[in-house]
Amino acid sequence: MNLLWREAFLAFRRTRTLSALSIITIAFALFVTGLFGLVALNLRSALQDVAERVEVVAFVLHGTPTQALTVAGQDIAAFPEVFAVKYVSEDEALERAKRDLVEFSDAYKDLEVNPLPPSFEVRLKPEFRDATHAGAVAERLRSFDFVEDVRYGKDWVQRLDALRTLAGLVGLAIGFAFALVSIVIIGVTIRITVLQRAREIRIMRLVGATDWFIRGPFLIEGAVKGFLGGILALLLCAAVYLGFQAQQFGISVGLHFFGVGQVLLLLIFGVLLGLTGSLVSVGRHLKHV
Amino acid sequence: MIRFTKVSKRYPNGTGPALEDVSFHVGRGEFVFLTGHSGAGKSTLLKLMYGDERPSEGDVRVSGFAIGALRRDEVSRLRRRLGIVFQDFGLLEDRTAAENIAFALEVTGHRQDVIPARVIRALAQVGLSKKSEAFPRELSGGEQQRVAIARALVNDPPVLLADEPTGNLDERATRGVFQLLEDINTAGTVVVMATHDLDLVRAAKKRTLEMREGKLVYDSADQAVSA
Repeated sequence: MNLLWREAFLAFRRTRTLSALSIITIAFALFVTGLFGLVALNLRSALQDVAERVEVVAFVLHGTPTQALTVAGQDIAAFPEVFAVKYVSEDEALERAKRDLVEFSDAYKDLEVNPLPPSFEVRLKPEFRDATHAGAVAERLRSFDFVEDVRYGKDWVQRLDALRTLAGLVGLAIGFAFALVSIVIIGVTIRITVLQRAREIRIMRLVGATDWFIRGPFLIEGAVKGFLGGILALLLCAAVYLGFQAQQFGISVGLHFFGVGQVLLLLIFGVLLGLTGSLVSVGRHLKHV
Repeated sequence: MIRFTKVSKRYPNGTGPALEDVSFHVGRGEFVFLTGHSGAGKSTLLKLMYGDERPSEGDVRVSGFAIGALRRDEVSRLRRRLGIVFQDFGLLEDRTAAENIAFALEVTGHRQDVIPARVIRALAQVGLSKKSEAFPRELSGGEQQRVAIARALVNDPPVLLADEPTGNLDERATRGVFQLLEDINTAGTVVVMATHDLDLVRAAKKRTLEMREGKLVYDSADQAVSA
């Protein structure tokens, strides 16, 4: 086993420039993937913030008996999609309107009758914050005979759904494309190393080394290159992230960096890319030796 | 040890057959010269012996391996039972003589602790004990070929195949290398040596197989095989 490592690192030492070059190339390929990952991550968390505001509001007829409202509140809270229910009375609604809509405060002052209806504000559990579920909950709320109207911002909830799907698909496509590019790049750099060491491989074959033994050092080399490339890519991503964070955008944007799991994922991805690249190019070479 | 039965070999893009209907047998302890012009089929014959090529027709057997049906993993097993030496020595330039020999043991999975003793023994066998730390470029052609022979012998193979091992050497070095191969043969190893050095062949008085245009035209063991 340590013979394999020794041979792999010998190969590194002998082709220093080439190895450095291939690590940098891998790093850039992973960097682009990582950057997209960061964008996707932040987009997702931004969408999550928006999704949290998905709320179904049921306006209740004036003069509905309090007892009926209490029972209804309990029923609504028992819906499987529902995270929380809040009853907002007429007075509360007016208070809120006065507070939130300062520009109309004069108009409210002269009111003799409160025109605002009481309502139930229903927040959904995270997994149900989409158009289909919000619609279903709205439909059920409508079936209460004291409910006058239900609103849940159907249009924008649907748009949010579409955006989420689109972001997922684009992410998948771009990630796939760059993974492919990385494999090709790693394959080419390993192939150059393989050609440089063709003589050694020929001798190994002649003295009876098995294919796996010959592959071993190249696989290690590929994996190490992928790993180092991944680390470099993470550093580049972090630099870009910190650069963005240092910028003042006027509004505070809640930017996120990769978590531990995602960092590991990127590194594992790098190692896998390195392994695949080596396996392909050494395999192709061995066929002819 | 080596048996060819009605062996033909055609390459996909070759004009004529590289080998045609070749049959012979090399027994235990023999030393055999393989002669003929360039392109006569000597190298193809050797490649068949070490499993680098497969026969198009006929049967090739080497140390109990049927070459025609050899799987890839069996090729490495076959080669551990063969020593192979080339005209260009095939040494790794960035490793010392001892490291070149040790390499053959390392890549065939020998334990690290048994390697040094075997390397020392192999170097002594070829008379290069004092040059173990020399790099190939610091050695003469004859010495480099001795290192290559030591590497071929370090696994104690029953058969040693040599493709023009003296082709790049001057007369003195040639005699030295041939003497070494003869000693190895005396110790019990079968040696098959391809060469076009007819002076050497004539002086050595060993069994000789002569190839011409892919055919075996002369075997000194049973006189003319075919015209």
